[in-house]
Amino acid sequence: MRPFTYHRPPDLRTAVAAVSQDPDAAYLAGGTNLVDLMKRGVLAPSVVVDLSGIGDESVDRCGDGGLRVGAGMRNSDLAAHPDVRRDYPVLARALLAGASEQLRNVATVGGNLVQRTRCVYFQDTAMPCNKRRPGSGCAALGGHHRDLAILGGSAACVATHPSDMAVALVMLDARVRLQGAARARVLPVAELHRLPGVSPQHETVLEHGELITSVELPPPSGLPSLYRKVRDRASFAFALVSVAAEMQVVDGHVRRVRLAFGGVAPKPWRARTAEALLVGVRADEGSFGRAVDAELAVASPLPGNEHKITLLRNVTLRSLLELAARS
Amino acid sequence: MEDAEGRDPSRVDVVVRVNGDEHALSVDPRTTLLDLLREKLAVTGPKKGCDHGQCGACTVLLDGRRVLSCLALTVAVQDRAVVTVEGLGGDVAERLRREFVRHDGFQCGFCTPGQLCSAVGLLDEIERGVPSARTENLEAVPVLDGGEIRERMSGNLCRCGAYANIVRAIAAARG
Repeated sequence: MRPFTYHRPPDLRTAVAAVSQDPDAAYLAGGTNLVDLMKRGVLAPSVVVDLSGIGDESVDRCGDGGLRVGAGMRNSDLAAHPDVRRDYPVLARALLAGASEQLRNVATVGGNLVQRTRCVYFQDTAMPCNKRRPGSGCAALGGHHRDLAILGGSAACVATHPSDMAVALVMLDARVRLQGAARARVLPVAELHRLPGVSPQHETVLEHGELITSVELPPPSGLPSLYRKVRDRASFAFALVSVAAEMQVVDGHVRRVRLAFGGVAPKPWRARTAEALLVGVRADEGSFGRAVDAELAVASPLPGNEHKITLLRNVTLRSLLELAARS
Repeated sequence: MEDAEGRDPSRVDVVVRVNGDEHALSVDPRTTLLDLLREKLAVTGPKKGCDHGQCGACTVLLDGRRVLSCLALTVAVQDRAVVTVEGLGGDVAERLRREFVRHDGFQCGFCTPGQLCSAVGLLDEIERGVPSARTENLEAVPVLDGGEIRERMSGNLCRCGAYANIVRAIAAARG
């Protein structure tokens, strides 16, 4: 690990100022991803600004009935929070589907959102990777494709976003509150992550030093929802594909639906094409299949991950049929 | 190398509490909690398996909750209470030890310190009503059956494959 200078600021404002003024500085939250990447030599900040003890771990009910979650909240605490279990079960399910309890006990909500891809070629410093070293090429394209994207990738990068939680947040239309050195702003989580294009090193729209301080959930919809994840083992593995969905069916027809995919794209993938086609149609397998096929029409799988199209289609159909039955 | 106040910026002074003992130390900020325990304090219960957060052999309790010591920087956990397998006390830990022996919950034993710390954390989570991915009703108190134990222990690998007996041992310790 490259040597670094360690700072433990007394409050978040000082932390934001410290990171903002030094392009080589990084925040340390739970550290479950950063420390690992520093050990591997993938990341090598010269200054580490520790948020331990100053992160916002509070959860408050908003005036509009929504929920405000401090970004320093631990993943396990958020999943176990009674309001989340009752009003946002899809979020609790997504959180519990990720990592292990040892990791969830440490990983924060903010850190979860900005964690880096688990693409093995990104994590291996002996391999070319446009995300790790811009312009060096992509070893993944000529390598094993199983974990890679089928939606939203580019010739420069086909890595997937690893978070489960973020898929649920994007489906729920959650927002993130950001604090920079000069300004604060609020963004939909769906606009936090970027597609790789020609610059996969830029994974989010965050400016250097900008810190996620909280996540805001809109008032609960009360609709039946689910988070379904398919992976190579029953627990403690990243998604091959995952689906976060909620749906309301009235008189046999879809009235409201929200749908997002994980494990298949460089960012949590809100399936807006499918959603638009689903509203108003008869709630049956044929309609669901046509909507999902339209969403996946833009998919560009690699030879080693074509199966993800079938897998995602089937998991989405099963999810929508289950929600229709529960509606 | 010293800064203007005569301190070496490549070292950080910390106080860590391990198994009830306080240690005042000057550490390189790169030192993980696992390396501090094993290399500086000779607390060798926590094991270095993968060193990347994937195997659970380094599991310890931090302020009573199970965490991976290989992914924690010592500087980030200063002033918090660390308990390793050597420091596990109380009825629950004693029952777990007895049931791991009785049910043959290990072969080589390398993962066992992590399994025991993790199981202590698990039983506390059940007491606190913390749900898992296997919990069917998120609003009900979770019931600790075999499926729940397997899900909740998925962060602890056992290369000998003693899983079936580990599950039995934890179920028996829960009573």
